[in-house]
Amino acid sequence: MDLYEYQARDLFEKYGVPVLPGIVADTPEDVRAAAEKLGGVVVVKAQVKTGGRGKAGGVKVAKNPDEAEEAAKAILGLDIKGHVVKRVMVAGGARIAQEFYFSVLLDRANRSYLSLTSVEGGMEIEQLAVEKPEALARIEVDPGTGISPEKAREIAVAANFPAELVDKVADVFVKLYDVYTGEDATLVEVNPLILSEDGEVIALDGKVTLDENAEFRHAGHALLEDKAAADPLEAKAKELDLNYVKLDGEVGIIGNGAGLVMSTLDVVAYAGENHGGVKPANFLDIGGGASAEVMANGLSIILGDEQVKSVFVNVFGGITACDQVAKGIVGALAELGHEANKPLVVRLDGNNVAEGRRILEEAAHPLVTLADNMDQGADKAAELANAA
Amino acid sequence: MTIFLNKDNKVIVQGITGGEGSKHTARMLAAGTQVVGGVNARKAGTTVLHKDKDGNDVELPVFASVTEAIEATGADVSIAFVPPAFTKDAVVEAIDAEIPLLVIITEGVPVQDSAEFWAYAKEKGGLTRIIGPNCPGIISPGESLVGITPANITGKGPIGLVSKSGTLTYQMMYELRDLGFSTAIGIGGDPVIGTTHIDALAAFEADPETKAIVMIGEIGGDAEERAADFIKANVTKPVVGYVAGFTAPEGKTMGHAGAIVSGSAGTAQAKKEALEAAGVKVGKTPSETARLLREVYEALSA
Repeated sequence: MDLYEYQARDLFEKYGVPVLPGIVADTPEDVRAAAEKLGGVVVVKAQVKTGGRGKAGGVKVAKNPDEAEEAAKAILGLDIKGHVVKRVMVAGGARIAQEFYFSVLLDRANRSYLSLTSVEGGMEIEQLAVEKPEALARIEVDPGTGISPEKAREIAVAANFPAELVDKVADVFVKLYDVYTGEDATLVEVNPLILSEDGEVIALDGKVTLDENAEFRHAGHALLEDKAAADPLEAKAKELDLNYVKLDGEVGIIGNGAGLVMSTLDVVAYAGENHGGVKPANFLDIGGGASAEVMANGLSIILGDEQVKSVFVNVFGGITACDQVAKGIVGALAELGHEANKPLVVRLDGNNVAEGRRILEEAAHPLVTLADNMDQGADKAAELANAA
Repeated sequence: MTIFLNKDNKVIVQGITGGEGSKHTARMLAAGTQVVGGVNARKAGTTVLHKDKDGNDVELPVFASVTEAIEATGADVSIAFVPPAFTKDAVVEAIDAEIPLLVIITEGVPVQDSAEFWAYAKEKGGLTRIIGPNCPGIISPGESLVGITPANITGKGPIGLVSKSGTLTYQMMYELRDLGFSTAIGIGGDPVIGTTHIDALAAFEADPETKAIVMIGEIGGDAEERAADFIKANVTKPVVGYVAGFTAPEGKTMGHAGAIVSGSAGTAQAKKEALEAAGVKVGKTPSETARLLREVYEALSA
């Protein structure tokens, strides 16, 4: 889960990382009030989960509350790369002497952590890495030992910080690493990390990505989720504990196992090329135990998607036997009654497939078509979606 | 031959008394795996009752620790069915006991826990081969199953399979059930895993009975690209690939914690291109991949 800047700022503050005061606001009036409260020069910053907001006009300096209100009017509602600004953060101003870059992140390839540091901040890191790779210090961080004060100084020296600044930035690196481990993040990035004219090192902008697998040990993380921004079907699926991702297409997909479902999406998209360009409408993995209840929940989510014209159920019975899956489908259709109003193509293979097919054939539900294999099922579902 | 696992391996189950642990202990025994005991500190000294593949009762002892279990049974493989919150401790325990092979089935392990136990395993000299987490485990058909893969899809044969995905492993074994497999290994869909595509490819290359290899990848990370480089430099046997997730949009996690396209990194197209540049034929669908494998296999015997 990616956090908004203001959420990152709050986490930084919790771990003692120096930040500027910041107040979030959703209306120009609230922005004015926040600017009055902070006093002096403030910066009004769009809260969107994408980069490049400065260039898009999403960050404005305001000398007084009037200007802050005007800035808010310009920024709220702005579309930045498809993200509409609904909230801004009013932050205190700082006199910037120098801008730096620091991040610590999961390094998948090396099954380790990596810190990236540069005395040349402010630029997008991807750009810096390409244009000035020599200015970027890439230091591996051992997950066992982390960023100790010694390690932090090693990083600062490698990044060519001036000697008088090494201890000061190293202290901030240690605290940022505390954020990284303390909150189970996969990315903590500060860009820019600044040296103010008063000689303070301050995290001016932050980006944090949290590991959703670790939510069980962070009660507060669920509250950081932006439920209003979530797709309503995705939100409903989450409540039902279903692994669902809404996509932009016409063929609803239900399958078991993440890999097989991803593969099903691809096969349906290929089949769609012969059927008016229909595409998969969603990712939905019902996992190993496809009980009638899970199947019914899954079907009701998919049938609640108005774009869906047909549904493809693609199950390989591994641990779950196909007869259980077939019973699940029959039970789900009975449970849904009139709600079930779109054609269903079902492909079953694997454990106890003969019995599974027998159950579906015997039920002879008018909406259900049985497919012999995955390719044929995808083709039939695409054909039905295109015909609807 | 097989890779990493054969009929002689003695297997213990960490979490043998839990729901999943118990269910899969029964399935592994039915598949012929030599399960010799389990671990649960709170139930140490008790036993659990199961049936072997011939339907005879077997009473499996429950030990307090992996070390104790190894001492008492000579076990050389462990499989962990432990909830995510306790997985790291279970893995560290297995590493401390120097078990040669550890399979972690658990889904939903925090990635920092995986990074930490991997660092620990390295520090301890890499004596324990780790498979997973978030994987279906490993099967050498006809010999042994340490995992949750259905044992009855197919039998022993000349194909080696390595995959990030469980159900795609089953699907591919099913598609190629007439040929059979030396070993099929599911390495898992998490961002940090133990055994990689490359480890499995190296082992299949060295195994005289494996004649051709299927490699299944999915979006996220660059493991497939690195595997492609490895194949180009080190693998002489024919390799056929499949990558899932061509239609996955950027920034959305597709089921597996590691299956996410971020920016231009981790796309299925990039992986396919890297594999093809290494001479690997890549199927658009599982069925096409199976057909390609058949072609390269038949060309071998022609």
